[in-house]
Amino acid sequence: MLTLIAVFAPLIGAVLAGVARPFIGKQASIGASILFMAVSAVAGVASLVTFVQGGVPVAPLHIVSWISVGSFSPGWTLRQDALSLVMVAMVSTVSMLIHVYSAGYMAHDKTVPRFFAYLSLFTFAMLMLVTANNLLQLYFGWEGVGLVSYLLIGYWYERPSANAAAIKAFIVNRVGDLSFAVGIALTYFVFKTISFDGIFAAVAAHAGDQYMLLGTSFPALEVVCILLFIGAMGKSAQIFLHTWLADAMEGPTPVSALIHAATMVAAGVFLIARISPLLNAAPVAMDFVTIIGATTALFAGTVGCLQNDIKRIIAYSTCSQLGYMFLAAGLGAYPVAMFHLINHAFFKALLFLAAGSVIHAMSDEQDIRLMGGLARKLPITWLVMLVGALALAGIPPFAGYYSKDAILDAAFGANTAVGMYGWVCGVITAGLTAFYISRLFLLTFHGSSRAPKHVQEHVHESPLAMLAPLVLLAIGALSSGFLLKNSFIGDGFASFWGSSIAVPANGVMNALAHPTAVAEFSPLVASVSGIFVAIIFYILVPSLPAALSQNLGGLYRFVLNKWYFDELYDAVFVKPALRLAKFAWHFGDEQVLDGVPNGLATLTTDASLQTVKLQTGSIALYAFIMLIGLLAFVSLFLWVR
Amino acid sequence: MNQTGFPILSLITFLPLLGVAYLAMLRGEALAVASRARIGALVTSLAVLAIGIYLWTAFDPSQAGFQFVEALPWLSGLDVQYRMGVDGISLFLILLTAFLTPIAILSSWPITKRVRELMMAFLLLETMTIGMFSALDFVVFYIFFEAVLLPMYLVIGVWGGERRIYAAVKFFIFTLAGSLFMLLALIWLWHNAGTTDIVTLLHTPIAPAAQMWLFAAFLASFGVKAAVWPLHTWLPDAYGEAPIPGTIMLAAVLSKMGAYGFLRFAVPMLPQAATAAEPLMFTLGVVAVIYISFVALAQTDMKRMIAYSSVAHMGIIIIGIFTFTVEGIEGALFQMLSHGLVIAGLFVCTGVLLSRGEALTLSRLGGLAAKMPAYAALLMLFSLANVGLPGTSGFVGEILVIVGAMKVNFWVSLLGAAGMVLGAAYMLVLLRAVLFGKARPELGSLADLNPGEYAMLLPLAAMVLWLGIYPGSFTHMFDASVNAMVQAHIAALTPHTALAMVTK
Repeated sequence: MLTLIAVFAPLIGAVLAGVARPFIGKQASIGASILFMAVSAVAGVASLVTFVQGGVPVAPLHIVSWISVGSFSPGWTLRQDALSLVMVAMVSTVSMLIHVYSAGYMAHDKTVPRFFAYLSLFTFAMLMLVTANNLLQLYFGWEGVGLVSYLLIGYWYERPSANAAAIKAFIVNRVGDLSFAVGIALTYFVFKTISFDGIFAAVAAHAGDQYMLLGTSFPALEVVCILLFIGAMGKSAQIFLHTWLADAMEGPTPVSALIHAATMVAAGVFLIARISPLLNAAPVAMDFVTIIGATTALFAGTVGCLQNDIKRIIAYSTCSQLGYMFLAAGLGAYPVAMFHLINHAFFKALLFLAAGSVIHAMSDEQDIRLMGGLARKLPITWLVMLVGALALAGIPPFAGYYSKDAILDAAFGANTAVGMYGWVCGVITAGLTAFYISRLFLLTFHGSSRAPKHVQEHVHESPLAMLAPLVLLAIGALSSGFLLKNSFIGDGFASFWGSSIAVPANGVMNALAHPTAVAEFSPLVASVSGIFVAIIFYILVPSLPAALSQNLGGLYRFVLNKWYFDELYDAVFVKPALRLAKFAWHFGDEQVLDGVPNGLATLTTDASLQTVKLQTGSIALYAFIMLIGLLAFVSLFLWVR
Repeated sequence: MNQTGFPILSLITFLPLLGVAYLAMLRGEALAVASRARIGALVTSLAVLAIGIYLWTAFDPSQAGFQFVEALPWLSGLDVQYRMGVDGISLFLILLTAFLTPIAILSSWPITKRVRELMMAFLLLETMTIGMFSALDFVVFYIFFEAVLLPMYLVIGVWGGERRIYAAVKFFIFTLAGSLFMLLALIWLWHNAGTTDIVTLLHTPIAPAAQMWLFAAFLASFGVKAAVWPLHTWLPDAYGEAPIPGTIMLAAVLSKMGAYGFLRFAVPMLPQAATAAEPLMFTLGVVAVIYISFVALAQTDMKRMIAYSSVAHMGIIIIGIFTFTVEGIEGALFQMLSHGLVIAGLFVCTGVLLSRGEALTLSRLGGLAAKMPAYAALLMLFSLANVGLPGTSGFVGEILVIVGAMKVNFWVSLLGAAGMVLGAAYMLVLLRAVLFGKARPELGSLADLNPGEYAMLLPLAAMVLWLGIYPGSFTHMFDASVNAMVQAHIAALTPHTALAMVTK
């Protein structure tokens, strides 16, 4: 019942803010949205607490059937196991904080109720996603969050760049979703059901199934898992399908914090954890997940080092951190991935909102090269940003330390080539992460101000509505690591997650308990080095970065241009598609296919000239001609018979 | 059994003719006649809708066969009867017609030219369409099928846009040429079975060699009506030039006649030929989805872009039908309903702009979200339904077809589903061009929706959501018929297993 309230309260809020606004007024609609979000957060946390204290699995709550055709019968059902309830509590809490923050941040906007309606609608879709009891309901939430993401990226729709980014986000996501949908269809083909319980129960029975594709026979479960994972790659902005996330920063900052950091982009990781019993039966797919995750972590880490837009740096960081989660999940360390997901939600939402506070103070400036020296003017923002940065960099005792460390321990302990690849990428990325976030922090808050005079004069600390959520999130980023460690990945992990996550028997979770010294200290050393390099570059010897970029010209441009993915896709997909579209229309449709009938039509020109005359004349004549025609047909009829 | 003596199907079919008669008798001053004609037509079509809803409630979903059957002797020496009846497949197509006709009539409010004749044309169209969907005799079906042409031709030719004559003639020639082939097939079937009773024809086996020719003939006629690629080229012209209410009826209802023909005749009567043609139909469907989506992307006119999107969706329907699976066929049927509602909504939205004196060239629109927020929200809803967003009607049909196709072929499923991406591309481009960006100063101050427009759009929006969230209300009704049809198809292909099942 609590879960039901948690999931549906935001929908009520969204309807009140979106549809009822003309009747209840602007302030009331915003208030309603926040109020129902608070109800949802309280219910969400309460349902998790009840579950943890009770210790018994709660049965899924069936609301009503959805589709029922043949044996394809997904229902509207709320699943209430540990995995779902953890996500419900996290999503509703973070979302509530961001609702409050938005009340301050968006105060000067003209259409705020619309903004709140979208935020609440997003939360509803996200909660439907995490409580789904079958693949199709998950897909409903999945597409729902994608839609609201599109709407919110394009929230300031007068800007062409926002519109372009919104369309890009939706279409790149849809490429992943296409794979997801086909994956659902194949799941149904293999298992004859798409409900999670039904699939998981039948995994063993179908472990040996083969599926023919391109004349080759593949294990069916591998194909299913890879198709579903490609969907997750789109949503979680993994390499090859990552190009939309940085552009998504066109949306208002609270959106970036909620959707493009804490919740929606983590849905891919959630999906992988959710299908863990299935994935465990597909070792190749698991390796694929780890490789993609590790590669993304490294790739996005390098790009993050050279970005100058404060939000884009954090966006690439998100991409990179999600890579870490997939790296862990692919090794079978799903609880570790979930642990990082929750920690990341806190510190990344914090970083984005703190960045929002900076942008707010700097009159909408986002380029960190034009900031500097803000520490004294924005003390609270400085402090919370520091907490977030240390958490991201993985410095103990902040949240990121515990989970990132555990991921790398698991990778090292997996004792496989893929695991080692993940470990190496992960350690390098740990250094890069510490470097880029320190760079952001130092360029923003320290040194002397590089902003124009009128901007400097306007710098002011944000209002309480924005600071309060920041402080609460900072407490989360500070404490979630050591508070949750034991339940999520420590001794109690098996009883905490129960049957909601199936950890493979290869013992990767055991490696966490007894890490080797190399595994234990390498990431920390890398992180601390990253911070020191940043201090040398941006405080001690400020001329060094420019000199380096001169000497490493090729590599510098490659990373600065984000490995040329956008240019590549533009040349390979976007431009040819538009050219093909014009060609298909003007040549294919208008000349070839229409050529034949138009040729016939010229033969009947006389007839149509007649028709022109008729048209102005009597309608009865048309009917008469039709009737003659009909009579002719009937005569033919009788004659043949 | 619903076999009561009351001829409810004849009532719902011919009630609009009563309206036509009333309109024909109107006398007096032109303006008064026009407004009375509009009201009269609207009331008639609403009465038809009411009967339709009664039909839905009285329909027994547990039966696979035809219900409300009527039979009157007619041309008795030739064994042609006036037979009517509905099953789960035709029931909702009748309801769709009954639901959309009042909306089309409402959408014609801004038209001031020959209002009475226009209203008569629409009522006539309703009679012909409903009659066609409920006909249980091939000759009766054929007559209605052909007769639909007449009012539609007039609607395009008289009330259409600048190139209306070209479009109307093209429409007429294409469909007429196509249906001549159907006539040949009809004569052959009549000759073969000695009757034109559809129920008998459904159970009359036909030699596989002959089936191929018959299938080719059906493909020619139903393919043109359903605008199967490459027989679709009449469609953009007809949709583009027809007045908005005409476009609505064409896109939402008339295009379903073709798909209905495949479901009613081509597939169940010709099982071997249909199976043999499966690869061909899949190819045509996939090409429609992909090729037409590209063509849609290149369009510069709102109405034509939506018209092409309609063709792309017909591809999905064709794929669904030819999977011969319960999922695929129910998906196709559901997609037919959903497509009817969604495309009607999109064309009504187009009409809203036209009635405010705006051109539909995409590059000349923009920024309407700020001026017309309610309009923007509804256009957004229909566009999202058109790209198959879960929670809207478009998704249910699409996923069922994808699932059904997966049972047959991975690549058909994947390529058919590619419309998800391509459809999103052109619909979002359309939304950006119409709703977003900076408002152009020359657009002036456009008023948001008026009550009449709400009366058209809100019911459509409600239906789109209902079909999307609780599709069971609908699939439940055609479950039995489709299951029986799939069973019969399998049995026809493998007589031995069918015997085994019977003896068991």
